[in-house]
Amino acid sequence: MTVDTESRTGPRERIALLRDPRMRGLIIQIVMIVAILAFADWLVNNTVQNLSRANIASGFGFLSSRAGFDIGQVPIDYTANSTYGRALLVGITNTVIVSLSGIVLATIVGFIIGIGRLSHNYLVRGLSSIYVETFRNIPPLLVILFWYFGVLTVLPLPRNAVGLPFGSYLSNRGLQTPSINFEPAALFTLIAFVAGVAGAIVLGRANRQQHMKTGQQRSLILPNLALILGVPLAVFALTGFPVAVEFPTATRFNLVGGWNVLPEFLALFLALSFYTAAFIAEIVRGGILAVSWGQTEAAYALGLRRAQTLRFVIIPQAFRVIIPPLTSQYLNLTKNSSLGLAVGYPELVAVGSTVLNQTGQSVEVVAIWMVVYLGLSFVTSALMSWFNARMMLLER
Amino acid sequence: MEKQFQAHIARDEKRPMPPPGEQGLLAALRKNLFATWFDSLLTVVLGLGSVWVAWKLIQWGLVTAVFTGEDRQACLTTDGGPVGACWAFVNAKIGQFIYGRYPLAERWRVDLTLLLLATLALPLAIPRAPFKRLNASLLIGVFPFVALVLLTGGNFDMNVGWIVLLFIAAAFASATLAAGTAGALSGRLKGAYRLALAALVLLLASIILPGSDIRLPIFELPLLSLAALLAALASIGLSVVAARGGLKRSFMPFRVFMPSVFAVALVALLTSDFHLMPVSTNLWGGLMLTLVVALTGIAASLPLGILLALGRRSHMPAVRLLCVIFIEFWRGVPLITVLFMSTFMIPLFLPVGITFNQLLRALIGVALFSAAYMAEVMRGGLQAIPKGQYEGAMAVGLSYWQMMRLVIMPQAIKLVIPGIVNTFIGLFKDTSLVYIIGLADLLGTVRRGFSDPNWITPTTAATGLLFAAFVYWLFCFGMSRYSIFMERRLDTGHRR
Repeated sequence: MTVDTESRTGPRERIALLRDPRMRGLIIQIVMIVAILAFADWLVNNTVQNLSRANIASGFGFLSSRAGFDIGQVPIDYTANSTYGRALLVGITNTVIVSLSGIVLATIVGFIIGIGRLSHNYLVRGLSSIYVETFRNIPPLLVILFWYFGVLTVLPLPRNAVGLPFGSYLSNRGLQTPSINFEPAALFTLIAFVAGVAGAIVLGRANRQQHMKTGQQRSLILPNLALILGVPLAVFALTGFPVAVEFPTATRFNLVGGWNVLPEFLALFLALSFYTAAFIAEIVRGGILAVSWGQTEAAYALGLRRAQTLRFVIIPQAFRVIIPPLTSQYLNLTKNSSLGLAVGYPELVAVGSTVLNQTGQSVEVVAIWMVVYLGLSFVTSALMSWFNARMMLLER
Repeated sequence: MEKQFQAHIARDEKRPMPPPGEQGLLAALRKNLFATWFDSLLTVVLGLGSVWVAWKLIQWGLVTAVFTGEDRQACLTTDGGPVGACWAFVNAKIGQFIYGRYPLAERWRVDLTLLLLATLALPLAIPRAPFKRLNASLLIGVFPFVALVLLTGGNFDMNVGWIVLLFIAAAFASATLAAGTAGALSGRLKGAYRLALAALVLLLASIILPGSDIRLPIFELPLLSLAALLAALASIGLSVVAARGGLKRSFMPFRVFMPSVFAVALVALLTSDFHLMPVSTNLWGGLMLTLVVALTGIAASLPLGILLALGRRSHMPAVRLLCVIFIEFWRGVPLITVLFMSTFMIPLFLPVGITFNQLLRALIGVALFSAAYMAEVMRGGLQAIPKGQYEGAMAVGLSYWQMMRLVIMPQAIKLVIPGIVNTFIGLFKDTSLVYIIGLADLLGTVRRGFSDPNWITPTTAATGLLFAAFVYWLFCFGMSRYSIFMERRLDTGHRR
């Protein structure tokens, strides 16, 4: 005790202050913040000096000047006369398009492969493992380049295009599919479809209540099929098939008509999906293995069949494990879509780098990239955590 | 009698034989391939499909492939028949794929560096090999500088400030080592730390205050830097005295000298002229550049990642917030934008007159990016350590850094070795992106190779990319197998 009181008097005061954990923490934090602010100030100062030496005006004013370059895939109205801002918007839209379609295909392939890795069938298991080990261990950029330079650009010219089912053609200008143009009367079919789905949901609820009350189960496959497919088809027929299908036709030099999917899009889309599917497969496998074998045995003991066991016992529990890493894979796919730059798919980074090269506004363009990607990450993880919360509620 | 019987009685229970019809090849086939009608269908369809694909691949890669040739004519047909892989292209360009545009006469330097790396890294990776500590310190402390000198040619102009900074670091290291000696004099030790701190302040002052650039005629040293150097040397001396004081007078504490010896050797190594031809980094390329970027990235991201992970788990709100923002920012954006940022914005951030070359800029981007991922891996390890370990360490009276260094980190790092290897695999694959900002790594040289007008054929691109894919695959697959092996080996005490 005496030592303690001694140390708190006189000239030792300063050291005691430093020995106090709370004060020390405060001092460390203040020093750190000051150092970082000084560093940031130094960076900003240098940047301002460098920019003024290079005669570059900072600010986002350039977004409203004329772009003057063309973009290969324009989902929204855009010409070379549009503004830089509009061009970047086209880039964002293209990023979203390729990410969403990639996510859908990657999920389907990933789930099939992941379940395949747990199959009892030796061949299925072996092939799935080969798939996963191959794609997990090569860079995604290489896969993209392989699809683009190795496969799609060496396809024959449009006049010798490879014919595919449903009147589609594959050539070095991409995939040409028949286009389906709906007439206004097709709206009724859409309404009928929505009504059918709603009816199926209501029927399902009623059936579950009946099941809870009486314990009797009825198969809903036929009524659901009738509601979801039958009703819209009937309406479609009644309104006189309001649709025009245009098939691509081969002229001397090109394929005309139908929808054209660019080879750049195809390369990026296929590469991202197949690459990410390998990771999703591992996540699915891990998720299913995480549900202990006792759960399956208990379900069998209760008399559930294999399909029922999967549907009611394994999958709801496996999803709980699968969703968080699945979210990060979706985010990875979205971020990897920036590699479209390497094959010239006009997504945000590719358009942005053109803008950057034309205007020299590097700070602004990089800031736009960062904000958009951070925003996309935020939206995806928010959606997935909402879905995650739903799954959590469902399980108990 | 008893003994005689004993020899005839089986020691273990005999396992029951499987029922007839469940043994042999046929039964195994039925169980694994044709269990149900759906299984049979899958087996037949997939089996036929894979045989077809394998046949096509063999046709393309071996039967109709071209193995030798001088230029694209070799890989084009005259009769219009199908031509398979153009291995002649890989054959012709293999030197570029490995060394990039590194001068032919100097390629032995790259080979020597790779050989050094292999001889240091392989014994470290094999658990039974001896001298782990020496090996690791050579790999971390000596190899990077030797590699730097070998690859660039060395003979650097070292700024006075850097030399002084090196000696200040040596002073701190000496003091820390002296503190670890049994019975070191604590008063002298405190003095050593204060002198080292004073040296650091003096050095900072000499950088910040432009007016203090008074040069002495003999030494050509700025006065403040000289003072800093002297303070650092005095601090090292005090550390030695402190370490000696606790032991017999005749004892010389060599450990305490080591940092200074290291600093002197380092300055000598970097500044002396070995008569190696200087090779500028824009000539580097191929697999060598891929390895340089990946290894530098991982080496820089490990310590940075550990610091960030500790910061994210800190009790100080400002530190925690800053670390969270830093980590989440880098994890939220694609690497390619980070590389663009480092290419276009680092020149803007630096004061007028200072330039970083393209490779260094890319390395900074890669290091910051992977540090964020490494931090999350390390955080996982830190969170897995039970609270009792922290409390126990604090109860023994360890300071925060002692607790981390001696108790927490050894356990945490052991837990996250698979995670670190996974991050490294990801980084190794991601290095392929540097070709987009103009560096010629393995993928970049392949990409440039198949655009070469001398080699343009329909199959060149596919062949080159398959070769690159195989090299990447070999590295990544090897590392992932090694990680699984280490995981099994290290999974000792924690299993219940």
